Amino acid sequence: MSQAVAVLGTYQSEFRTQDPHHTFVEQAQIAAAGAYRDAGMTPEDVDAVVISLAPTFFMGVADADRWALDHIFGAGKPVFRVHTGGATGGSAVHAANTLVRSGLARSVLIVGAERIAETPDAQKVLNIIFDAFYERDLPLSTNTMVALRATTYMQRFGYDQEDLARVVVRARRNAMNNPYAHLKGEVTIADVLSSRMIAWPLKLFDICPRSSGSAAMIVGNMEMAKRFATRPAFVNGAGARTDTYWLGDRMGPFAESDIIEYQLIAEAARACFAQGGITDPLKQIQVAEIYDPYSINSAFTLEQAGFCSRGMALRLEREGYWDCDGGAVAVNPSGGTLCTNPIAISGLVRCIDAANQIMGKAGAMQIAGVRNALATASGGSAQFYTCTLFGADPYHA
Amino acid sequence: MIDMPDTATGEVVSDEITLRYDYSLGEVAGKFMQGLREKKILATRCSKSGLTYLPPRAYCERSFEPCDGWVEAGTGGVIECSSIVVRGYEGKRKAPMAIAFVRLDGIDTAIANYVDGVDLADFDEAMRRIAPGNRVRVEFIASPEGRITDFSFVLES
Repeated sequence: MSQAVAVLGTYQSEFRTQDPHHTFVEQAQIAAAGAYRDAGMTPEDVDAVVISLAPTFFMGVADADRWALDHIFGAGKPVFRVHTGGATGGSAVHAANTLVRSGLARSVLIVGAERIAETPDAQKVLNIIFDAFYERDLPLSTNTMVALRATTYMQRFGYDQEDLARVVVRARRNAMNNPYAHLKGEVTIADVLSSRMIAWPLKLFDICPRSSGSAAMIVGNMEMAKRFATRPAFVNGAGARTDTYWLGDRMGPFAESDIIEYQLIAEAARACFAQGGITDPLKQIQVAEIYDPYSINSAFTLEQAGFCSRGMALRLEREGYWDCDGGAVAVNPSGGTLCTNPIAISGLVRCIDAANQIMGKAGAMQIAGVRNALATASGGSAQFYTCTLFGADPYHA
Repeated sequence: MIDMPDTATGEVVSDEITLRYDYSLGEVAGKFMQGLREKKILATRCSKSGLTYLPPRAYCERSFEPCDGWVEAGTGGVIECSSIVVRGYEGKRKAPMAIAFVRLDGIDTAIANYVDGVDLADFDEAMRRIAPGNRVRVEFIASPEGRITDFSFVLES
């Protein structure tokens, strides 16, 4: 029988464009030490380390997991680097979950840091993820890829830029309760609409910032939970799915998995919810921490994960359905990835924010009575998707 | 103990990394690029799944069989998604520029390229012209060199 997996400690730094006070490895160390302190544990209590590390071109030291080993107290233990682009943090939590659930480790540290703004050439880094022969000569990047998909989504369901802007207003407002968030504050729909056009229909405010910071989480089995935690969150579901590299294979009538509505999410969510006993996400899940680096992302995520039907999320947004106060489910009380995007650890931060809601440790972001919280992550050219479900009680299917 | 000077923050060490690559095309992409030199867009087809792929593939990922034929794509097609890239990129065309994924006639997947000949002065109007569902045709440059930028899309009049 598989082990229940509990979240024993978490840490996240404040996020901003640059952190001139620390190096990459010092940031990772602060996070590791922070999670140990939060859990009341020492490195001796942990059997393995998972490093959440996406493309290292941003910070300019190749495969910097090696550089960080001593700093994160990893030497002498099995260490795994996980990399699935923007989904890296979600996949890292899944890797640690697997190690504990299988009984191979009593507890595992998940840790990472990011400094995207170390280079002014971040867009160039994001361009070289595309195919060298057929796509790289075009101005393809994550910005333009999402813009292309948003155009068709908005046409398909009759939305305009104001519908996207409303998501940004909610995110920035929520982030005012998050002491770690990068962008926050009261902005109006007009502010969003008048921000600089980047790739139609996405403007500057529709797009996440480049964030620097660090984060860590410690997960462990029930024996460790009894020793170190009074009110742990439990990892009750971990669903992940992967899709083809080719964007053009996922469009039109012959596509197996439509990229416009990101149908991959539905598969990942189904697997996750089946493990965690979720049959009606809207009724059973109180908080969704969604990986939304663009204003469009939460819409198709909510639809595909079953919180509402196809094409409805932005209509329900107008009615406050996703608000923290009085909404049907609180979507991104933290402000989400739209307000803070340290790529390598964004998925991990989503998991931390969701788990903290269960543990009652979310501070000013806390939503009352959270029994189940969902965290998602997305990466590659919309190729990787992870859904992670946290619960107040361990769930055995 | 000695007195430590205040940490100098904001100080950086700068570096610039230049890497050069020669990407081998291989047989499939090589044939596609040769086709471009002859002003043809060549796709691979799998007789088992019945699917025709652009960019061309050596293997059909649905049937797990090798693609066993080449076909020439139609010169017209339908826009699946489109955008106007306003913030430009170093080494690419000067912004603003229109791009689209287009499913060419006879092909089951979409391929990306620039959309030329659209007045981009008014983004909303330009987006209406290149909206998903609209048709375009392929136009080659005068002297193709075997690169994806040998062709672009123009609106069907």
